[in-house]
Amino acid sequence: MNERQLFETHLRRDFLRRSLAGIGTLALSELMQGATTPTTDPLAPRAPHFAPKAKNVIFLFQEGAPSQMDLFDPKPGLEKWHGQSLPPEMTKDMKLAFIKPTAKVLASPRKFARYGQCGMELSDLLPYTSKHADDICLIRSMRSDAFNHHPGQLLLFSGHMTGGRPSMGAWATYGLGSESKNLPAFVALQSGPGTSAGSDLWTNGFLPSMYQGTVLRSSGDPILYLSNPAGLSAASQRARLDALRDLNTQHLEQTGDAEIASRIHSYELAYRMQSAGPELTDLTKESPETLSSYGIDDKDSKQYGTNLLLARRLVERGVRFVLVMHSGWDHHSAINSGLPKTCKQTDKPTAALLADLKQRGLLKDTLVVWGGEFGRTALSEIRRPDEADNAGRDHHPNGYSIWLAGGGVKAGQVIGKTDELALNITEDPIDVHDLQATILHLMGLDHLKLTYRHMGRDFRLTDVHGNVVKKICA
Amino acid sequence: MVNRLHLVRVAWAVAVLSTSGWAQVEFARDVQPILRKNCLGCHGPGMQQSGFRLDDGTAALKGGYGGAAIIPGNAKGSPLMRRVRGDQGLPAMPPGEKRLKPEEMATLERWIASGASFPAKAPVLTTAAPSITSKHWAFQPVVRSAVPEIGGGRNAIDRFVLARLAKEKIAASPEADRRVLLRRVSFDLTGLPPTAAETDEFLRDTRPDAYERQVDRLLASPHFGEKWARHWLDQARYADSDGYEKDWSRPWAWRWRNWVIDSINTDMPFDRFTAEQIAGDLLPNAKIEQHVATGFHRNTLTNREGGIDDRQFRFEATLDRASTVSSVWLGLTMGCAQCHDHKYDPISQKDFYSLFAFFDNAEEVNIDAPLPGELGPWIRGRDEYQRKRDALLAEYNVAALQADWEKNILYTIAHLGERTDWDLAWDCVNKLTEDGDGGKIVQMPAVQRTPRERDILTDHFVANYHFAIGNKKWKELKLDELNKKLRELKTQYPQLSQASVISEVASPKPSHLRVRGDYKTNGIEVQPETPGVLPALKANGRATRVDLARWLMAPENPLTARVAVNRIWQELFGAGLAPTSDDFGTRSEAPTHPELLDWLAAEFRENGWSRKALLRTIVTSATYRQSSQARPELTEKDPNNTLLARQTRLRLPGEMIRDNALRVSGLLTPTIGGPSFNPPIPPGVMELSYGSRGWGTGWKEATGPERYRRGLYIQFLRTTPYPLLANFDVPKSTVAACRRDRSNTPLQALNLLNDPVFLEAAQALAVKVLMGAPASFEGRVEAAYQAALSRKPTVAEQTRLRTYFGEQQRLLADDTKAIDQLVPVTLHTATRLETAVWAALSSVILNLDEFITRE
Repeated sequence: MNERQLFETHLRRDFLRRSLAGIGTLALSELMQGATTPTTDPLAPRAPHFAPKAKNVIFLFQEGAPSQMDLFDPKPGLEKWHGQSLPPEMTKDMKLAFIKPTAKVLASPRKFARYGQCGMELSDLLPYTSKHADDICLIRSMRSDAFNHHPGQLLLFSGHMTGGRPSMGAWATYGLGSESKNLPAFVALQSGPGTSAGSDLWTNGFLPSMYQGTVLRSSGDPILYLSNPAGLSAASQRARLDALRDLNTQHLEQTGDAEIASRIHSYELAYRMQSAGPELTDLTKESPETLSSYGIDDKDSKQYGTNLLLARRLVERGVRFVLVMHSGWDHHSAINSGLPKTCKQTDKPTAALLADLKQRGLLKDTLVVWGGEFGRTALSEIRRPDEADNAGRDHHPNGYSIWLAGGGVKAGQVIGKTDELALNITEDPIDVHDLQATILHLMGLDHLKLTYRHMGRDFRLTDVHGNVVKKICA
Repeated sequence: MVNRLHLVRVAWAVAVLSTSGWAQVEFARDVQPILRKNCLGCHGPGMQQSGFRLDDGTAALKGGYGGAAIIPGNAKGSPLMRRVRGDQGLPAMPPGEKRLKPEEMATLERWIASGASFPAKAPVLTTAAPSITSKHWAFQPVVRSAVPEIGGGRNAIDRFVLARLAKEKIAASPEADRRVLLRRVSFDLTGLPPTAAETDEFLRDTRPDAYERQVDRLLASPHFGEKWARHWLDQARYADSDGYEKDWSRPWAWRWRNWVIDSINTDMPFDRFTAEQIAGDLLPNAKIEQHVATGFHRNTLTNREGGIDDRQFRFEATLDRASTVSSVWLGLTMGCAQCHDHKYDPISQKDFYSLFAFFDNAEEVNIDAPLPGELGPWIRGRDEYQRKRDALLAEYNVAALQADWEKNILYTIAHLGERTDWDLAWDCVNKLTEDGDGGKIVQMPAVQRTPRERDILTDHFVANYHFAIGNKKWKELKLDELNKKLRELKTQYPQLSQASVISEVASPKPSHLRVRGDYKTNGIEVQPETPGVLPALKANGRATRVDLARWLMAPENPLTARVAVNRIWQELFGAGLAPTSDDFGTRSEAPTHPELLDWLAAEFRENGWSRKALLRTIVTSATYRQSSQARPELTEKDPNNTLLARQTRLRLPGEMIRDNALRVSGLLTPTIGGPSFNPPIPPGVMELSYGSRGWGTGWKEATGPERYRRGLYIQFLRTTPYPLLANFDVPKSTVAACRRDRSNTPLQALNLLNDPVFLEAAQALAVKVLMGAPASFEGRVEAAYQAALSRKPTVAEQTRLRTYFGEQQRLLADDTKAIDQLVPVTLHTATRLETAVWAALSSVILNLDEFITRE
């Protein structure tokens, strides 16, 4: 479908239904008669390809690549090799970024135990998440073709290692439109320093810019340019918008260009966002227990916890796709001191989000995905040989772990296996494109049919790959 | 080959009998049916996917793009068997659901094991080499169409359009109001609105060619080059940063942009414009500006992420160069053929890699490219600069330290994996050297390095020695301090402008097709050649980029002229005559006015490829000059206005919206060319990208007049595009963008309502009106309307604004703080309250749909 067809599929009445509220007494429908292009609100909700299992997605992106063998995939077999190099025939196919195949094995000091009725093995660094073992579907056999951050993040979120393509949230918004009248359909939140891929993670790529993710900011205006300029009160702003609407309407009468009606609609939506935004980020009505459960009262987990609470509030308000990014998992050095810190920032809030969504009855309609762009090596990386405990882990795209929970997910199971040294996948390899196909599937979209023609080619999120992983689906 | 074939034939003739009791395999009886049923559809006489055909013995044994597929006598080692089995993670052949039966695979295996014999005589099926021809409209030669004989209109364009409208019994629209017309043509030619004085002058000019005079004035304006450069920068994927993780800024990218602006302003013929960008470095007696032109190819992304494989991203850059040239000049999306033969267009994978081969031996270099006036001061300051630099280097004992570092780096290259800290240091030489290829320089004997190369390596060493020895020791040696001093010293002396260009390597290496697009898997060798479906390129010996440029502009090339005029048309009417302006392949939409498109293409070529002449022809046509007023009677018949019975209202591009606000308010700094600038950016925006970790460039806000320069000069960082640009559909600059969207969103509304730059513009417009206009309310509104919209307000508009004025006056009356925030200035002609209210009123005007639209 191209842009023009897209506009055409949205009927004019749909636009009128959604936008007339703000236009007052003017008989806009009369003006619309004979208007130029059959344009309308391209963000109006659109029917999925089939009944969805999840209405919303919260993607908890753990940027930098969390270490699977220290968190999700116990590898006692590494202890035997700790401090030694593996035989070359075992490492010959490894794709490594910084280290060489001769690097020495680093066993994990973590303690794993079984959790939940399903008996899922998880590490002692996840004391809170492990309480939800029965709510999650753990995949230990993820694979990516990329072993560097920016290409890996692009591959995970846009289906291709080089830039320019729309991100997953943009595709979902393009496919399904917006259920939220006062907030954008696709929102991105960030904690920790900036990510490698930056705005590529929420870009509209070659889709029209209305499908781009809107960043919900942690300081200043929650949405860029949301506040009135200094000196303009709310009443002044309303007066400004009323005058603008009336003058635009007069011009619409003269020119008959329906694009002006769309413009009026956009300004009214912007105005509603101006009150919906601050209301969204005002956490004063949340109970102290809630704030504490998300770790907002703790300086380590405050940033991420706040974003997760906002994610819940966004989903409650009909926002379709929430991308929460947390950077800080790229433990090339000193992983045994660094990883516990990152877990402390994230584990408690993550568990709180699952509990909160569940308690409010939102989890069944909300797909929660937790994961990074790839995993880490069993081999150690030592950047400063002269420093004690400097060992970290390099990038490993083959057999890393992620988990899913909520809408349409068969929880309480582990999918996939890796070998005893965490080198390769031995069962159920799941490519990042398979994950994308599955996420779209749970949202009611067929990844093969969700296409957009650009430069003569029908593009899709999954590029030329992807199979829905049936095992994930309930 | 002859010998082997001979042996094969003998083997076949003696009909091998297997020792393990295999039945004899007969090609015609056993093998051929399997091939015919499963393979020949794609690898037969009609089509040779991946350059492979299985119906002809010689061709089959030769193999495809990936090399030999059948190794007679070695079934296990034959890629053909691996492919039909789907080993090694590759999808099994044939693709799709159907698989060979196990017994069929066994037959093939036995056939190969027994020598893979083909019948000795003629090939099995007809093998006339298929000639690649296409009946697709865009691949047919451009023939200057006869102009229809029909009355009316102003020039030939109109007769094509009117003839088509007559067929549909539709009348053209009348000419637009003169104010609208001048505004339209001013935006379209210069990207800026007319001033009130320019509008007045035009309205008073009663000569019959008054409009043409305005067109000539606008074509001669230096802003013309800015407007049409932007159009070109979109296609050239221009940005001021590398892209990818570190997204370093490219402080000299603008030097190529300057070349584009100048070339367009001087109306450089499009064939020369093409040749200099594609092959300026190879032209005879190439001058600096012609080298600068090749900067077109330096707009590719650069990945400096640690640990990446450099070969991969160099390959990506070359791919990008080939596919960009194809998209920009040919309107063909050849990038699809990176991995396989094009699915729809008659472009084979080999075609694509043959185009790739033109760029495979191009090397990235940076050169001194001084602008007029730079050389004198540089010469006078140079020796002193060098003395001070040398003294600093000596003071910090750099010579000895660097010599040791270089020794260690060379050792590391030979002993990778031995010392992990030095491995990292070596990786950083490759990724983090500024302005040059550190990896190459460090491996050159010191005496062979140019002074420039010496400085580049020393600068890298000083800044990055800590990767080898640790931060602590680096600071003890005070190299961090030296690093700062060296950078500061550089800013104290005049430097020459630099340009990023390409040049051909001294000893070219052969180019290879890459199997399935994988940079690590070489396929067959390819020569620089153009796609087989298009007229052949004529070259003496190995074709060069110069030959490629000549071929693009040759009269028999059916695409270049059509693609170019179509994109220019698109800028002026909102859509191309061929609607899919980014794709002229077989799946493109057919042109609505094919004869007109060809007439324009021929006209463009025959007028010496003058863009100004072409634009003049189009904008002086009656078709262009029509009113954009909606016509209810055509809503059903021609909802998208493809018949051109009227003009179209078009929302301005992002940069022009800002330019327009700055221009009408009097804030615009109109300087042409030069470096990019950083307008104010809200806090928090830069923090969202990796650059904020200290690796990046940062955003030093412009405080002087450059803060009000045109949007085309806003620093474009690929991972952190400036919010206004991201909100208003400015392309992402990763691949060629041949058309822009025009979306309409609430974020745009917030941007225009609340971004400080638009408030500043509103304040300035208010000040301008209060200082210059008649003191009455009506007079001031009229002045503001004239400035912003080139017209008088209607009575209804006056009335509505008076109401609004009263409202704001009441709301602001006692709020001195709000007033101070709204107006930072006290005027002689108005109270502060009045000024504040006028600013609020101006901001309404600057948000009108009409203000951001070219009508």
